Amino acid sequence: MSIQDCGTKGRMDTNDSLRVASLWHSMHAISQQLSPVNGCSGIELLEADTFDLHCFQSLPGTKFFVVCEPGTPHMESLLRYIYELYTDYVLKNPFYEIEMPIRCELFDINLTQAVQSDRVALLGR
Amino acid sequence: MQFFGGSEISPSPPVPTASGNNAHMMYVFNRNGVCLLYKEWNRPLHTLNPQQDHKLMFGLLFSLKSLTAKMDPVNADKGNLGVPQLPGQGCSFHSFRTNTYKLSFMETPSGIKIILVTHPKTGDLRESLKYIYGLYVEYVVKNPIYSPGSPIKSELFNTALDQYVRSIS
Repeated sequence: MSIQDCGTKGRMDTNDSLRVASLWHSMHAISQQLSPVNGCSGIELLEADTFDLHCFQSLPGTKFFVVCEPGTPHMESLLRYIYELYTDYVLKNPFYEIEMPIRCELFDINLTQAVQSDRVALLGR
Repeated sequence: MQFFGGSEISPSPPVPTASGNNAHMMYVFNRNGVCLLYKEWNRPLHTLNPQQDHKLMFGLLFSLKSLTAKMDPVNADKGNLGVPQLPGQGCSFHSFRTNTYKLSFMETPSGIKIILVTHPKTGDLRESLKYIYGLYVEYVVKNPIYSPGSPIKSELFNTALDQYVRSIS
């Protein structure tokens, strides 16, 4: 599990992040149980008072999520782009062990760039 | 199956017909987790028996609220994960969406939780939930025969609710 914190307040320590991650995993599964219709693939967007949480689940089951300001557009495409970065810089890295925390410099650099350019694009409206 | 490029990964359910019945089901819980009302308009899939379903729904909401309060990037001081929060304390979510449904949630200061499950493309239902709470106050709370904490059996409430929900599109 890897977390990039681009905010200032409200940081969590590692233990809390682990708890939140496992809580999310169970709730993702429960939300599928409660679906009134067949074929539910879990929570994609959670809207709260002060933030929105977007979740993207890849085919092998890895979940990516992004916490943003309420109503921020294009988060789904950002998540899919981050998944592309993940497959390119992390999975294709021969030194990376699956399930271990991600410590790939190129991934971090490109990730920060993607988030910054997104921010600039939105501010430049 | 197209992955990147903007199209949806999983097929979405059919858009509801023009008759306007967008809602799948609705739950009302009180602060102790008692299910005061469960209404179903369109639910093809039943995974669990009603008691388990209600408990699971209440549990899911409790955990989601706890998670939202903890993940809040704005407030600095948060409680520990899993500690029950008072209604209105901490950041709360108002809806979540999956590929097959959208769940809209509202909690009142008295701890009454109103949940509406609809088609995923439904817009923001916060005002609708407030209106439904208004109906609850008028027809249920103000009814002298109703005892708080017991399931709602008011005909007037059910009819008004039904009429209103069918008109939301």
